[in-house]
Formats: sequence, C-alpha cells, structure tokens
Amino acid sequence: MALKGNLRDFSITQLLNLINLARKTGTLTVERSSERADLCFREGKLVYASLGNQHNRLDQILLKAGRLTTEQTRLIQAQVNATDDKELGLWLINAGYVTQKDILQSVRQHMLEIVYQLFTWTDGKFRFEPNQLPPPERITVPIGLENVIIEGTRRMKEWEQLQDELPDLDMALRFTDRPGTSLRNISLSIEEWRVISFINPRNTIRQIAQATNMSEFQIRKIVYGMLQAGLVELVRPEGREVAPPSRGGERREAPLPPPAQRPPAVKRSVVMRLIDRIKQL
Amino acid sequence: MGKVQTVKMVVTGPFAAGKTQFIQTISEIEVVSTERKISSESERIKERTTVAMDFGRITVDEDLVLYLFGTPGQKRFDFMWEILSEGMLGFIVLIDSVRPETFREARNILDTFRAYAPTPYVVAANKQDMEDAWSVEDLRIALRIEDGVKVLPCVATDRESVKRVLLELLYSILERMDAEEAESE
Ligand SMILES: Nc1nc2c(ncn2[C@@H]2O[C@H](COP(=O)(O)OP(=O)(O)OP(=O)(O)O)[C@@H](O)[C@H]2O)c(=O)[nH]1
Ligand SMILES: [Mg+2]
Repeated sequence: MALKGNLRDFSITQLLNLINLARKTGTLTVERSSERADLCFREGKLVYASLGNQHNRLDQILLKAGRLTTEQTRLIQAQVNATDDKELGLWLINAGYVTQKDILQSVRQHMLEIVYQLFTWTDGKFRFEPNQLPPPERITVPIGLENVIIEGTRRMKEWEQLQDELPDLDMALRFTDRPGTSLRNISLSIEEWRVISFINPRNTIRQIAQATNMSEFQIRKIVYGMLQAGLVELVRPEGREVAPPSRGGERREAPLPPPAQRPPAVKRSVVMRLIDRIKQL
Repeated sequence: MGKVQTVKMVVTGPFAAGKTQFIQTISEIEVVSTERKISSESERIKERTTVAMDFGRITVDEDLVLYLFGTPGQKRFDFMWEILSEGMLGFIVLIDSVRPETFREARNILDTFRAYAPTPYVVAANKQDMEDAWSVEDLRIALRIEDGVKVLPCVATDRESVKRVLLELLYSILERMDAEEAESE
C-alpha cells in the first residue's frame, strides 16, 4: 500500500502519528515548490533528517551548532574527505576538535529543527518509501516521535499566532529610541545576538533570516520576542538591499560586497555631538 | 516613527583584556552580555567569559544613540567579529598590558578588524593600574603599531580613563573625515 498524498489532506502530525503507531521503517519525502525534506525512520523512531536547502553535512551542522569555527571547517575540508559523515566524525573526535557527545547532540538538534520546520508546511506532496534507510555514510540518531509530535503541535500553534502578529517579513527593523527601559535584564541567546547585529533599516527581516541561516519560524520568533521587549520596531526598508556578510552563512548565491566598501555615512556634526556628550559624562 | 540615528563602535581584544569591563564602565544601561562560566582549566584566570558579545549604550540626545559592542574574546566565537564590524564608526583594540602571552593574538585581532573595515581605530593599553603593566611605549613596539595610530594608557575600571579613550577615537575619526574632505577638494 502506497503512502502518498498531500499535506493539505493528511498533515505532518497525522503522518508522524501513523509512523509512530505502526512502528514503520522507511523514508518520508515531502516536497513543496523547490523545497524537499527527507525523514528516515526505523521502527517508528526518527533516525535521520535532511532538508534540501540547508547544510546537512556534518561539518556544516557542527558549524551551525557553534562546535566548529568557519576557519576550522575550511581547514578540515582541505584535509579530509568531508562527504562521509561517519569518517569525518571519527576524524574530528580523534583530532580532538569535538567529542562524540557534541556530534550526537548537534545532529539531534539539526534533525529536530528540520522536523519542527515541517510542521509549518501546510501544503506539499509526500510519499513514504518503506524500508528505505539513509545512506550508510550518514550519522543516525534515534528520536522517539511522541515528544516530537507534542512539541511540533505546540510550535504549529505558536507559528499560526506569530504569522498573525508579524505577517510581513519584508519589513525592516531598527532599535527603538526609548533608552534605558526594557533592555535591562534581557538575556539573549547567540542566535538572538546574531539577529541584533544585522538590525539596520536597510535589511529586511527576510534578508536577516537568510544571512543568519534561520528558518522563517526561528526569525519570526526572535523578532517577535524583540518587538515585545521593546528592543526594536518595524520600519519600511530603506534604499538598496544590503545584508552584511557573515562567515557563518556560506551558501548565499551571489557574494555580497565586503563591508570595506560600505563605510557608514556619518556626518562630522554627528561626531561632534558624540564628543560633546562623552565629555559631559 | 522617529529618525533616530544609531552609530556603532566596537571594542575588541584578546580573552580577558577587559572589554566587558570597559563597556560596563561607560554604558548608561547595564551591559547586556552573554557571559557564561568558564569550563576549561586553561582559561580559568577568571570566572566568566563573553560568548557572543557585549552591548552597551550611550544616548546623546533624542535622535542620536551610540552603541558599544564588545567582541567575544575566545577564538571559537570569532564568527561574531565580522558581523559586529559591519557599519562601525571606529574600533578600539584593548590590550592586556600585563599578559604578554596575549600580544601576538592582539595583533592578529587588530589585523583582522582592519581587513573588515577601513575605519579609524585606537589601541588602548589596559590594566595600567597594575604593577606588571607594560608601558605604552613598549607596547607600541611589541605590537608593531604604526606611527599614525594612537596607543593610549587605559584603566577600564576608571570612567575618566574610558572616556579619554573614546574621545581619542572620536578625534581620530574627525581627523580622518577632514583629511578625506581635503583630498576630495
Ligand atoms: N586591575 C584591572 N583589572 C581590570 C581592568 N580591566 C579589566 N580588569 C579585570 O580583568 C578581568 C577581565 O575583564 P573582562 O572585562 O571580563 O574581560 P573581557 O575582555 O570582556 O573578557 P572575555 O569576554 O572573556 O574575552 C576582570 O576580572 C576585570 O575585573 C583594569 O583596567 N585594571
Ligand atoms: Mg567579556
């Protein structure tokens, strides 16, 4: 019996429920326009996930998880065959770059991010290929589906809410001009800091998401939080489309100009005002 | 919606040079910083380190705000550097004047930032209140700082000292602006 259809009729939640209850083994492929996700299951447990437009290779996963630096991944790529994840993993452990635990945690996190992202897909063709497992060179981590379904459903609700609150990703952000008040005691994650450093009336939220390699869900959530905290506000994007380059986001199509070519347009009078203010402090 | 202009300056330097302290001393808000306890023995010369960046602010008036960003000192967070350097008006390289083992790294950091943006910068020789501090003159030589670049004594815990460093950077920025203007005429 072929398990094929469209998410419009049979949702991700329902599919995962089915796979879990029937203890299925095989690969679920979901496609919508140019995107494609593959989830592999063994006896009802998720063991592997990949998303077409994301970094799925181990070194990229570790880079994203902050376990390796860009510089390190460059060196590693030059030294070792980075297409076999298992081989690469062993090499990294032996060379002392990461521990086995780092690898498993990062892969697990990466898999969960992909599945949770799928919960936001309301449309898309799916098919389940029984008994098909990931290629042997991939690292698998078994994850029980019960909690994934609960968390995914929670996020889906949150997502719907976020879409209502923050409908337009083509808006830009800027810091609010209410100093002092809400910034105190905010503790931000690295992801949030990355977003903060791209905040500029020239960059749309969508561009920030691309530059920081975040999904729409992640960026919406972070921006929503910042809006709520009064840290930023929405503005219409100014002028040309420019996003600052980041060494973390390797996969962008056209390389952006280096920041060296874009000195900020600050007037002399602005510098004079800064000087006066600091003197008074 | 207002037309507040924000300008950004970056404080960089090696691990434990005093970047967080520097920003904390002058910022009007409590520094928003992502710090965490240090786990590795080799780096246990203090309790906490900055893992992403520090974030401080000085409001000039209702339409001008200066943000101070401090970079994380540990190498494994250097992916933040380029992000932080985008659009900066200038930067400060803090040197730990009592730990010569960090000078080479300070020099590397300086070169890296200069490559990101051709903005003016100053070098601040921090912890000058400590007995073992290297002098500003010796540091200039040890770090091979060019003649046109200021090397300033600094005590990051002292407000007046931090103010002086910021002012010197702003003066350098002004000088650069004037020189560029003269060139284009
Ligand atoms: N005596 C003295 N101590 C200082 C001075 N500046 C900073 N310190 C101390 O040096 C230590 C390191 O300062 P931090 O501000 O945490 O250094 P950092 O550069 O932010 O460090 P990382 O974020 O870990 O790279 C702290 O214990 C500070 O109190 C100074 O001018 N004089
Ligand atoms: Mg710090």
